[in-house]
Amino acid sequence: MSEPAPSAQTRRDEVLVRIRGLRFRRGERVIFDGVDMDIRRGQVTAVMGPSGTGKTTLLRLIGGQLRPEAGTVEVDGQDVHRLGRRALYALRRRMGMLFQSGALLTDLDVFENVAFPLREHTRLPERMIRDLVLMKLEAVGLRGARRLMPAELSGGMARRVALARAIALDPMMVMYDEPFTGQDPISMGVLLQLIRLLNDALGLTSIVVSHDVQETAAIADYIYVIAGGRVVEHGPPEALARSPSPWVQQFMQGLPDGPVPFHYPAPDYAADLLEGVP
Amino acid sequence: MTAWLQRLGRRGIGFFERLGRGHLFLLRVLAALPAALARPRLLVAQLHAVGVRTLLIIGVSGLFVGMVLGLQGYNTLVDFGAEESLGVVVALSLVRELGPVVSALLFAGRAGSALTAEIGLMKATEQLSGMEMMAVDPLERVVAPRFVAGLVAMPLLAAIFSVVGVYGGWFVGVGLLGVDDGAFWSQMQAQVDLHDDVYNGVVKSLVFGFVASWIALFEGYDAVPTSEGVGRATTRTVVHTALAVLGLDFVLTALMFE
Ligand SMILES: Nc1ncnc2c1ncn2[C@@H]1O[C@H](COP(=O)(O)OP(=O)(O)OP(=O)(O)O)[C@@H](O)[C@H]1O
Ligand SMILES: [Mg+2]
Repeated sequence: MSEPAPSAQTRRDEVLVRIRGLRFRRGERVIFDGVDMDIRRGQVTAVMGPSGTGKTTLLRLIGGQLRPEAGTVEVDGQDVHRLGRRALYALRRRMGMLFQSGALLTDLDVFENVAFPLREHTRLPERMIRDLVLMKLEAVGLRGARRLMPAELSGGMARRVALARAIALDPMMVMYDEPFTGQDPISMGVLLQLIRLLNDALGLTSIVVSHDVQETAAIADYIYVIAGGRVVEHGPPEALARSPSPWVQQFMQGLPDGPVPFHYPAPDYAADLLEGVP
Repeated sequence: MTAWLQRLGRRGIGFFERLGRGHLFLLRVLAALPAALARPRLLVAQLHAVGVRTLLIIGVSGLFVGMVLGLQGYNTLVDFGAEESLGVVVALSLVRELGPVVSALLFAGRAGSALTAEIGLMKATEQLSGMEMMAVDPLERVVAPRFVAGLVAMPLLAAIFSVVGVYGGWFVGVGLLGVDDGAFWSQMQAQVDLHDDVYNGVVKSLVFGFVASWIALFEGYDAVPTSEGVGRATTRTVVHTALAVLGLDFVLTALMFE
């Protein structure tokens, strides 16, 4: 007899990560000043913006490693910053995160790094752990490198191992912080496909932070462009490409001059240079 | 003048802030202990790492300290015709004082600094926050096992130091200087008290192990996450542990052997 839930409810459930009025500061510097975002379930959402705008910070806020000054971050209906430690850890188990630096454990080899979350959170028999790890390593093309130590990997390889580790527990969502930096064109293409494929095959939700605008736009369902502490534009890639906003045009085409500053806030250049003159 | 006062004030506040952070850190480590104790394999691995790092230097230093005690003690005692008491002098000096103190200092220089550097670098390379994001508490997984290892290793290392030292003293006194072998051991047996001397020595080294591990781990965990910050933290570990151990040694001695 029961009718389907009201549409407000279903619409709510489509959104996995809901960010409202987010404010965050580092000392005096305002990083976010009222950011709203909806990350939809099952989609690949790209977050783009100039270097230093706070994309990594945003992922850390979503993961509950940083506290906002104001505003809320809801993941799967739970307010991340109101959760107790236990609940937060339970939630994090369902989030994978690929760090910009890789953040591999340097005292463990590649295999053990990928096995780490499995060993910490499951009681699986050794055979099964082995199979799972090899499957994840095969997906990122590094099954043959399983006995190397992190110090023996290139930056690009390390990031692929970190990717394998991020998906080891089959999370509901994965946050990728600059997954393509240091990848050659071939592995970049493979990674792009992989992110899309994992997302669709495993029913994940993906947040991709990247500077590779064209390539990321090709696999993203939705794009947020942030700059100056705000969301300056958002929409599906096709809509963004046609956006009249000069911010977005500058960013999408990689032009150095435009409304988006390339420079960290600084006093006037000439005045700065002359200051040292007696 | 006001600038100087301001600097002094800021330093003072900074000092107490750090002290507060250090104690909060300790509370969190203690809260993480049950989880760490439930994983004996991690503990054994850390105990092995700490023990192996420190064992050789403890053994060699113990031997030399014992030999020097034998020599100095003999030279003093022989003037009073009391060289038969050499065993007692060597053993008491080691068990009550030098064993716990010197091995704590060596521990700080060898294992403590290594712990600080290890944890500091893990922080600098985002390994700790990576663990947090994998829902693994670094305090439970990384810090607490190392804390327990330091706590357990310290009395063992001090005991080894004292035993080796006694043999060093015996070698010099009995082997080289001709003190009577039987008198050396029997006087030692008669005069060294299990409770007053040995237990108190063990208590001292437990306290030192606690403090040395706490300082080393906190300095690593609180280090500024750069290579320079980790370098400074390592130095601070050695200096602060040395001061803390020597200061506490005085307090403990005053309490125990009044
Ligand atoms: N630990 C920190 N302490 C103080 N300020 C910080 C810290 N980490 C980052 N910041 C500041 O926060 C701002 C945002 O940093 P964040 O790392 O989020 O940038 P990003 O968008 O990820 O840049 P990139 O694309 O270069 O990785 C930067 O201006 C930086 O100076
Ligand atoms: Mg970043």
